[in-house]
Amino acid sequence: MFFDEMFGHTKDTDAQAREPYADYANWFDSQDPARLKKKALECEGFFRRTGITFNVYGQEEADERLIPFDIVPRVIAAKEWNRLSRGIEQRVKAINAFLYDIYHRQEILRAGRIPHHLIAENDAFLPQMIGVTPPGGIYTHIVGTDLVRTDDDQFYVLEDNARTPSGVSYMLENRETMLQMFPEVFSKLQVRPVSDYPANLQRSLAECAPAATKNEPVVAVLTPGIHNSAYFEHSFLADQMGAELVEGHDLQVVDGRIAMRTTRGYTPIDVLYRRIDDDYLDPMNFRPDSLLGVPGIMDIYKAGGITIANAPGTGIADDKAIYSYMPDIVEFYTGEKAILENVPTWRCSEEDSLKYVLDNLADLVVKEVHGSGGYGMLVGPTASKKQISEFRAKLKAKPANYIAQPTLSLSTVPILTKKGLSPRHVDLRPYVLVSPKGVDIVPGGLTRVALKKGSLVVNSSQGGGTKDTWVLEE
Amino acid sequence: MLGKTAGGLFWMFRYLERAENTARLVEAGFRIALTRSKSAEKEWQSIIRTAGASVAFDATHDSYTGANVIDFLLRDKNNPSSVLSVIEAARNNAKLVRTALTRETWEATNECWMTLSKLLSKRVTEQELPEVLTTIRQQSALVRGATHGTMMRNDIFNFIRLGTFLERADSTARILDVKYYVLLPSVSLVGSSLDNVQWETILRSVSAFRSYNWTHTGKMSPKTIADFLVLDKRMPRSLAFCCIQILDNLNYLREEYDSDLPSFELGDKLNQSVNNRDIDSIFDEGLHEFLRRFLNNSNALSVQIQKDYRFTE
Repeated sequence: MFFDEMFGHTKDTDAQAREPYADYANWFDSQDPARLKKKALECEGFFRRTGITFNVYGQEEADERLIPFDIVPRVIAAKEWNRLSRGIEQRVKAINAFLYDIYHRQEILRAGRIPHHLIAENDAFLPQMIGVTPPGGIYTHIVGTDLVRTDDDQFYVLEDNARTPSGVSYMLENRETMLQMFPEVFSKLQVRPVSDYPANLQRSLAECAPAATKNEPVVAVLTPGIHNSAYFEHSFLADQMGAELVEGHDLQVVDGRIAMRTTRGYTPIDVLYRRIDDDYLDPMNFRPDSLLGVPGIMDIYKAGGITIANAPGTGIADDKAIYSYMPDIVEFYTGEKAILENVPTWRCSEEDSLKYVLDNLADLVVKEVHGSGGYGMLVGPTASKKQISEFRAKLKAKPANYIAQPTLSLSTVPILTKKGLSPRHVDLRPYVLVSPKGVDIVPGGLTRVALKKGSLVVNSSQGGGTKDTWVLEE
Repeated sequence: MLGKTAGGLFWMFRYLERAENTARLVEAGFRIALTRSKSAEKEWQSIIRTAGASVAFDATHDSYTGANVIDFLLRDKNNPSSVLSVIEAARNNAKLVRTALTRETWEATNECWMTLSKLLSKRVTEQELPEVLTTIRQQSALVRGATHGTMMRNDIFNFIRLGTFLERADSTARILDVKYYVLLPSVSLVGSSLDNVQWETILRSVSAFRSYNWTHTGKMSPKTIADFLVLDKRMPRSLAFCCIQILDNLNYLREEYDSDLPSFELGDKLNQSVNNRDIDSIFDEGLHEFLRRFLNNSNALSVQIQKDYRFTE
């Protein structure tokens, strides 16, 4: 029996709603179902017109897809949120301290809390960052901490997206859509606003400006271009922040700064919110075939001429092998026990764990250490015998490449289907901004929902949708 | 503003203007074909020439039938100037410069693209053509309306206007140049029905048949038609009107940027080459020679603007 966030432990959708949903459920019951279905269709037109789409790789350029949106919000009580946000703040601070340490004295390795080889042999560890301190000491300016829930008060951190978490534009547009479609609900419920996010992002990034900054910090967003799957989000954020949206070929090194070509000449950039991977950032220092980055930007960065957000090399913190050590990392750097729990994780690099995982493949979720987007993963309970035996072979060949976790009973939130409300599994990605002045967490975040009945995969590339997320005022 | 953004805006509005111009050419050709069917094939051929697409057309077609030309101009993806191609190019540029557009302008452009790509996804029958052409005109009007109603009058707007009027002047000059021979007094047999057809096509291609009749009380002569399209400052598609707009916008940029750039001087010269002339001196020089020179100079201006404002590296 899964925990449903609206109805608790019952399958009966006529049951009394849980307390955070009480007001919404009242409103919902008073609505004409036909009208709600019509509204749901209107949402799609709204998203298309606005161009809130993502491109699918390998498809015709014209093939722009919508991420399906469900009109039933996910509601989180103030009390629930307070605990979550304390836990997230603690975790994000620990991650920053970990990154500083790992690229400087490596105390945590000396203390024996993390095996040395896990860092030294990790592709996500960037030797170019050793001894480099980013402006303001901040590595992860923007973090998306993926959370899942299994019961009334049981949350787990699924992963820490410490590189370039995406999806925040959907969070913002989902709220705009709900405000347009159902204004009357918002006058009945006190929902905490999320629309300050772009302004906070701009401020938070500006607070991380490098020493070379002369006037008001100039912030720019670096995108791979209009064919990138997340281009909509890049242009959306740049627009909302009032920042320029640049590509690699708009930039060059001028007088020891990274400058953008404007109609008036070259203007230095202070903070670059980059939406391209480390590998592509600088053809002189990383992949020489990259046309997306800026030749020489790493040298300017090391000399304090620009802030790169997130810092190069942060990937080591959201590596899935490191993830399993996160409770130790939190304790090591904050001196406190982690408020948010990790999902129990077997490291297949360890002999005993590997044996257990191989014996229990049908019940486990196996993930690639460097994978993302729901690819390269095995969901034991729903996998075919063939898939399981294929994974068995992969695990035996390269055990260190994998971790395994129990299949969690992810909570559900109802979606509106043709037949009315029906529960679907969800996760949650809150967005966290970090600057020397503090940590700022947007109330709520992006709720992703697996639209297929029974499915646990919420990724938009694999049939997932989104919901608006409401954190109620106290 | 990024140089790339200025370039994106300039091209976005050149393409939007081009879509309208192409639709207008099809409309003129179609009307002639319906009312004067004898000369239809020849008209379609000159319309392809006006669109600057003879080479591309001849490569894939062997006859200038109405159906071929209409399909080629409206929806052939191999024709970079087809309405479908330029609307897609305009929208790609809009995506590129989205941060410089108001939400209304972006949404109108996006909707224009969605509507037209659906409309032009299959061949357009003769029966559907009038409605399709109306939709193209309406969709472009919506983008223009959103642009004028919501965009700030700053350098962003100047680059938009420069793209629009350079494209429009180019189009009017080419329409005239393809047909210049029917406007030559030496070969014109005033009142012959052939000339009437040709003159009507010219006027219809710039949506000026009615306004011409209105200002000239229906009297047609090569000189007054040329005068109307080249020199009449009241006529929004005339070279004179376009040149004034181009110079105005270059002047705003000069003041805003507080710097004298070569493009301003070129714009000034282009304007003088039109607005300091009368139609007799143009006919003395030779209409064809005048138009060739105008097209060369406006092209040089376009290149200089791209250089002065750093559209590319």
